Amino acid sequence: MPSSDGIDTLALVSSRGFVAPVTWRPNWLVLALLAVTFGLVPLVADDYWLNAVLIPFLVLSLAGLGLNLLTGFAGQASLGAGALMSVGAFASYNFLLRAPLLPLPVSLALGGATAAGLGLVFGLPSLRIKGFYLLASTLGAQFFVEWAFTKYEWFSNHASSGSISAPRLALFGCDLSSPLGRYLLTATIVALLTWVAANLVRSQTGRTWTAIRDMDTAAAVIGIPVVGAKLSAFVVSSFILGIAGALWAFTYLGTADAHSFDIDRSFQILFIIIIGGLGSLAGSYIGAAFILVLPIFLDRFALALFGGMIGTGLLENLQKIIFGSLIIFLLAREPRGLAAYLARLSRWLLPRRA
Amino acid sequence: MSFFLETLVGGLLAGVMYSLVALGFVLIYKASRVFNFAQGSLLLFAALAFVTLTEHGVNLWLAGLITLALLILIALAIERAVLRPLTGRSDLTLFMATLGLSYVIEGVAQTVMGSDVHALDLGIPDVPMQVGPIQISVFDLTAAAISGVLVLALSLLFSRTRLGVSLRAVADDPLAAQSIGIKLDTVWSVVWAVAGFVGLVAGLLWGSRQGVQFSLSLVVLKALPVLIIGGFTSITGAIVGGLIVGASESLAELYLGPLIGGGLSAWFAYVLALAFLLVRPSGLFGERAIERV
Repeated sequence: MPSSDGIDTLALVSSRGFVAPVTWRPNWLVLALLAVTFGLVPLVADDYWLNAVLIPFLVLSLAGLGLNLLTGFAGQASLGAGALMSVGAFASYNFLLRAPLLPLPVSLALGGATAAGLGLVFGLPSLRIKGFYLLASTLGAQFFVEWAFTKYEWFSNHASSGSISAPRLALFGCDLSSPLGRYLLTATIVALLTWVAANLVRSQTGRTWTAIRDMDTAAAVIGIPVVGAKLSAFVVSSFILGIAGALWAFTYLGTADAHSFDIDRSFQILFIIIIGGLGSLAGSYIGAAFILVLPIFLDRFALALFGGMIGTGLLENLQKIIFGSLIIFLLAREPRGLAAYLARLSRWLLPRRA
Repeated sequence: MSFFLETLVGGLLAGVMYSLVALGFVLIYKASRVFNFAQGSLLLFAALAFVTLTEHGVNLWLAGLITLALLILIALAIERAVLRPLTGRSDLTLFMATLGLSYVIEGVAQTVMGSDVHALDLGIPDVPMQVGPIQISVFDLTAAAISGVLVLALSLLFSRTRLGVSLRAVADDPLAAQSIGIKLDTVWSVVWAVAGFVGLVAGLLWGSRQGVQFSLSLVVLKALPVLIIGGFTSITGAIVGGLIVGASESLAELYLGPLIGGGLSAWFAYVLALAFLLVRPSGLFGERAIERV
């Protein structure tokens, strides 16, 4: 139904959202967040917090950010986020392994570039098909990549289990393999890429993305290069997802195989952006935080209330019910996700001076 | 030659199962333009409920009836809680909502009925039978016959009954259908209930093949290429698409497998679907979409 498309996506992007960027507040907010991330956290956080909470949070946020550019901003559905993360991880691993002279950031970037290349290939069908037809392409990518990395042992350097483990993480002679080192590496990359993404979505490229999301036929009619816009969204999104995958393998898991990036990972990333907010950069962070915190919260809650009477299987199912209901509720009531609620709350707490 | 034939027929019969799953999608897509990702979890729910009931000593037919009643209740609830608040939203939004819905149904089904693997015996023997030069499983033939009857019944429902006609009217133009007095909510509830029934049949057949367990809900992912090949709006398309996917998967495994490595049925169907998309974007039997600004 082409006629309903426009209305729906217009609801997704109220003009207040990001078409007119707020001029002063984000700067303070961003500075404060950066101060916390690089100043406060390294001082107070212990290894458990760094390893089990903060690193996965940052990496999942980055992955959400990558998918959000494609799905939230450019309107192209994808169930292949896991595949692109996987390609990023395996490619950087091979660059680190086979070209040991390259510094770490270059290997990571090359891994991201490989993912971007694959994203371009799997994005090509989007020029001819759209909507959930495109899901076939991304689902195909998901299963193909998983199959290829399990089948061909060359990718994992003939490791018997088909798994890759983090090589030396060092930069300019500094060893980064301690929890704090890995955290700082992750946080730096995530901050950098978020800054790039934030500028990108406000640039002409970003505007063409939202134009084709709102209605690509109309965008084509007014002269927006639809082909370039769609493909650039696939490339940028895949690059970021690839880097997120490499970080997930090297700074969080330590050891990963093709199944660390299976279809459930793709769903998880998609849920992050639906819950956090489609078409909102902050939403990716909020969604990732939510998806990490809810299981921990449920665990503690069940333990305090029933004292270990509830098995993990049941908790997992409860979690599924909560995620599912929340998704339906948010799509019906607030398609811009938790980010919109948070924005409303902050407006209410800090009324802007006229 | 007979080896080729046996692979082909085996693949076609496996394809019948894909068709059954895809059929549920087509029904819902025709009536409400929703790509219902939750069809797989409905299938899981139906099979789980049925097997749990029979394990508690309920007669097979009664268990089927109770499961069907549950599916109708679920259809009513879905219409109320999901479809109505989301009327008029984009395809993508509705798809994501059904993704959430599938999580809810899976969660509820496994919370209530557990997540163990159940064996399901419908009393259909799974023994090979000699037909001409090749061997075919009796179970597969029965499944194919059941699907055939189901397809025939559904085609008649769509083309010959008042309900079927109003259903097609809603699919064509919900606003116009409403303005001539067709009740959208009734039509949607009925369609989702019928799709639940198809899910029940598919769930029982798949379940007695692989055991009733969580992985049943994953057959939904295979339905997507089937629908793309056959066309989203055609019952015939779902059947033909399923057969094509089933047959080509087994043949690819047989002839391509040794060349590039086995297990390629995990992704082969998607590549095939993409190839079809590039040639015929609306599938073999689907309606051509016209876009207006």
